[in-house]
Amino acid sequence: MIWLSWRQFRTQAAVVFAAVAVLAVILAGTGPQLADLYRTAGSGLVDQVSSADQTLYYTGLLVVYAVPAVIGMFWGAPLIARELETGTHYLAWNQGVTRTRWLATRLGLGAAASMTAAGLTSLAVSWWSSPIDRAVNGGGATDTYFARLDPVAFAARGVVPMAHAAFAFVLGVALGLVVRRTLPAMATTFTLYAVVQVAVPMWLRPHLAAASRTTVAIEPDGGPISIQDGAKQIVAHLEDVPGAWVTSQQTLNAAGQPAPVPSSFADCLRTESGPPALQQIDGCVADLGALGYKQQVTYQPADNFWALQWAETGLYLGLALALTGFCAWWIRRRVA
Amino acid sequence: MSAVLRAQGLGKRYKQRWALQNCDLDIPSGRVVGLVGPNGAGKSTLLNLASGMLRPSAGTIEVCGGRPAEGVEQLAKVGFVAQDTPVYAALSVADHLDFGKRLNPNWDEGLARDRIRRLGLDPKQKAGKLSGGQRAQLALTLGIAKRPELLILDEPVAALDPLARREFMQDLMEAVAEHELSVVLSSHLVSDVERTCDYVIVLVDSRVQVAGDIDDLVACHHRLTGPRRDPATLPAGQHVITASHTERQTTLLVRTDTAVHDPSWTVTPLGLEDIVLAYMTRPADAVRDTRPALEVLR
Repeated sequence: MIWLSWRQFRTQAAVVFAAVAVLAVILAGTGPQLADLYRTAGSGLVDQVSSADQTLYYTGLLVVYAVPAVIGMFWGAPLIARELETGTHYLAWNQGVTRTRWLATRLGLGAAASMTAAGLTSLAVSWWSSPIDRAVNGGGATDTYFARLDPVAFAARGVVPMAHAAFAFVLGVALGLVVRRTLPAMATTFTLYAVVQVAVPMWLRPHLAAASRTTVAIEPDGGPISIQDGAKQIVAHLEDVPGAWVTSQQTLNAAGQPAPVPSSFADCLRTESGPPALQQIDGCVADLGALGYKQQVTYQPADNFWALQWAETGLYLGLALALTGFCAWWIRRRVA
Repeated sequence: MSAVLRAQGLGKRYKQRWALQNCDLDIPSGRVVGLVGPNGAGKSTLLNLASGMLRPSAGTIEVCGGRPAEGVEQLAKVGFVAQDTPVYAALSVADHLDFGKRLNPNWDEGLARDRIRRLGLDPKQKAGKLSGGQRAQLALTLGIAKRPELLILDEPVAALDPLARREFMQDLMEAVAEHELSVVLSSHLVSDVERTCDYVIVLVDSRVQVAGDIDDLVACHHRLTGPRRDPATLPAGQHVITASHTERQTTLLVRTDTAVHDPSWTVTPLGLEDIVLAYMTRPADAVRDTRPALEVLR
């Protein structure tokens, strides 16, 4: 049965693994330079990365994101959908192998290959990017690179891509089984996977590890703040906690209760024409601080990186297992 | 003799529509069974239930003494050549044999290789490049070489030209004789069944109309022609399958286990095709009335 699974899978596997190998070779060629640069420049590295390496940094992010999606669409979705479409499941399921074992072997091999491909990609990209990640976590001021915990970089580092790939693969298989047609199954797999990839960092990941909370004074020469949404909202930037991921914030009044930014602040900032002068802003901010207003910031500190990685890995692997159970049930009960 | 296929109250429903209902069958082993009926009558549904590809919505079905597709042992007992004889287009003929060998406990490698050689198939050829007839032969080879007790074929020759059709059927019959298989095959052509089968099941509108040994069926169905009369006046034991009347004449197709002695009838024997067509064309509401009586035929 493993022979058959491999025989039907080897071409698709070869394509993906070849792409991963090409990426790994490119990263291996340029990675040591970057590591050397970090050794000499430290956190100042963020301003000295060559434009080629900057492109590679973003390419790496993109590839680690793409691998699970590609696996779900091109390995997962066709796995059973193509058999159902061409009728070969009649052949496969009438040999001396039970349907459950057939499914288990094909899912097992595919999931193992998915996790290997995504794991290797993430390993290569995480290794290559580690000087930049360390520079950012060490306090290197940059708008170009992301902290490891930032939602943009998080899913392209460490072990979570393996779990993403396993989930995407089984999701593709399950949708192929239900939809029964390859192309629609591929499209729905991509859409659903993208939805999950957006929903998890927005609503779930902030709660996967214990968050920290700090209160920032609102004052002209305190921590940097932004004034947004017509002066109805204040956003504090945690510059003294490098590598942190701010998950939510709230303005507190003098009594320490969550409160909206008072309208007096917007009135204070109003001008006849054009934006308010820097002095005027400082005065208004000082007034707001004098009224006792503070900004409360909830964040995941950089130290929580691995706790969050393992928690999210568990979450996605749990989802993959649940989908596997669904496939096993469906293939025995519902498929002709 | 033990039953190779036994169904009781078997039914399969898709959403609102019954594809097969109230199906009672008891097919003895060692037979070559033809399942005939118009397209959409439920032939594929019955065969898919027998192979375990489908699960019944009602009733039970037992094949070779076990529940279809329940475990490796049961799977090994039943070979299934599905409609349109699907094969893996990207795999070669030799790959298919390899596939059969690795997946079947009783695989007969010598038989498989011998058949492929005799059929003149190139082992290196991709199955996707085979002609319809060759593909059907490859699928049949896989079905036979697993050495099942029962071989089920769903419209195996429907897509073949007349020559390929004849060759396939001949080849199938040789294999059946050689390996003492029981066979159930479906077809919408009575001629295919007449040539190869010794047992027939007629399925129309999701219901079994008649099932039995072909010789018995031919022996107990007659065409009666005589002066016009009401079919209800026939003696008990003579069941009217179809009736047609002209002004002065009545023609009946009846089933009876005893000889027809009434001298007013001219009795003519019937061929299988006449009988099958009669069951296919009779009004649907007649089905329920005669159904219990069909069991006499076994």
